[in-house]
Amino acid sequence: MELERRILHLLENNARLSCKAIATMLDEDEARIKNIIEQMEKQKIILGYNTIINWELLGNDGVTAMIDVKVTPEREVGFNSVAEKIYRYPEVRCVYLMSGTYDLSVVVNGESMKDIAWFVSHKLSTLDHVQSTVTHFILKRYKQENFIFEEPEEDRRLVVSP
Amino acid sequence: MNSMKRYISNTVESIPPSGIRKFFDLVTQMDGVISLGVGEPDFVTPWHIREAGCYSLERGYTMYTSNQGLLELREEIAAYENRRIGIEYSPEKEVLVTVGVSEAVDLAMRALLEPGDEVLVPEPSFVSYAPGATLAYGTAVPVPTYDIDQYRLRPDILSHYITPRSKILVLAYPNNPTGGVMYEEDLEALRDIIIKNDLLVISDEIYSELTYYGRHVSIASLPGMKDRTIMMNGFSKAFAMTGWRIGYACGHQDVIGAMTKIHQYTIMCASIMGQKAAIEALRHGETEMRKMVDNYNYRRKLILSGLQEIGLDCFEPRGAFYCFPSIKKSGMSSEDFCEKLLWEEKVAVVPGNAFGASGDGHIRCCYAASIPNIEEALERMDRFLRRHKEIRISNIV
Ligand SMILES: Cc1ncc(COP(=O)(O)O)c(C=O)c1O
Repeated sequence: MELERRILHLLENNARLSCKAIATMLDEDEARIKNIIEQMEKQKIILGYNTIINWELLGNDGVTAMIDVKVTPEREVGFNSVAEKIYRYPEVRCVYLMSGTYDLSVVVNGESMKDIAWFVSHKLSTLDHVQSTVTHFILKRYKQENFIFEEPEEDRRLVVSP
Repeated sequence: MNSMKRYISNTVESIPPSGIRKFFDLVTQMDGVISLGVGEPDFVTPWHIREAGCYSLERGYTMYTSNQGLLELREEIAAYENRRIGIEYSPEKEVLVTVGVSEAVDLAMRALLEPGDEVLVPEPSFVSYAPGATLAYGTAVPVPTYDIDQYRLRPDILSHYITPRSKILVLAYPNNPTGGVMYEEDLEALRDIIIKNDLLVISDEIYSELTYYGRHVSIASLPGMKDRTIMMNGFSKAFAMTGWRIGYACGHQDVIGAMTKIHQYTIMCASIMGQKAAIEALRHGETEMRKMVDNYNYRRKLILSGLQEIGLDCFEPRGAFYCFPSIKKSGMSSEDFCEKLLWEEKVAVVPGNAFGASGDGHIRCCYAASIPNIEEALERMDRFLRRHKEIRISNIV
């Protein structure tokens, strides 16, 4: 498990590392690393590989909202079945069960605020067991998955020094 | 304009121009260079340390400190050194906070040397020791180390260079530029010679936290060596704090007292903001530091295997953040190699002879660079080596 963990820590920060590079960094055999990664993909320990994109730089003005959802839990299944009904929508990026004043936190992407308003009023709040929603639009991203959006990543060091 | 050269002191004139400086001037004229030529971390100082520096300014800590440095910092240093190398230094008498290890080296040379005293400097080495000795009217005596010995200082070679004027031995391990380390048994093998010849040791341990195999041992911790050793360490490398300019020296109170005397008249004290940040680093910085060390270690392995793949022989560096491969196979001198590599492929590495004559035939590659940059630099070097191999073969045929 130790080796798996170390591989995952490396991939978590940079999904594009080659098996060869990982093998070198961990003093392991490349084939073994490849095999372990494939195993973890099969076991859904690794669910997939994403790219973190600053769409704003492309002039895209899509909208993301975080929606607090209050839900009446259902007998037997608790929150799971409502959560599933929500996460099946492709525009929903994340769904979390939360402690505190509301139950589900839902992250939704849309082309415009109208888009999201429509989703909330027509799809989300009309679901059985959903009591109420509070929608927060994201105005600006500063940091996501450890990446800082604005700070230029320039190397300020002298190019040659002792 | 008239030359003012004749006014310059002979001592200063006698110091040769820095090989690194020359190269720096070349590189700065170019765009798009990937640099493996730096001598500092690619991390910026961890945020909590920067924040402590800012906070100290907000609170109005903008004054001088005592010459020796804030007592609070010296106490943290003493505790840290006790954890790191197992030695107890008195924060009141045996610790001096300096403007980097650079200043500590200078102070020690000036506090200890009489004109003509000799300073044994194992080479290849960091560039400051020999000029430091010269500026204190001493004489630097280069002692070669070799890649077959993994750049450890060999007792028989050391003995060979000792004279009645030998006074100081510089030990700087893990080493810049080679990445070589000296383990306990290697240091133990030098101890007799040091004591028998009544030498003092300047032990520059600025890279000690960046030791990737085994445990760093300070020569000061060997029997009979604490008083003979001026142990130096700083925040530049392990805590990624080069720009803050904080280091320190620990040693016998007479030596530290003498160094403090010079320091009080020439520097007064290290900056209080830097000292405040350094306190934060020692109190809460070790987790982040460990992460940075792991990160260097990954890149160390990548570059080492990359260099081997493109056919450059390189002994495995076990500390610091440098590789020191041999480029003898290319048939070029170090300087030639570096200049051509820069012009043709825009990769900056430092010629080995900038670190002393025994560094010739090698180049220093710093792997405190991003992984994509390391990979790209290796590709470019590969292309470069292939091209020059073809040129050489066609010249022979
Ligand atoms: C071996 C060695 N000692 C000392 C220094 C200087 O350290 P400081 O920033 O503490 O003056 C360096 C910097 O490159 C170094 O490589």
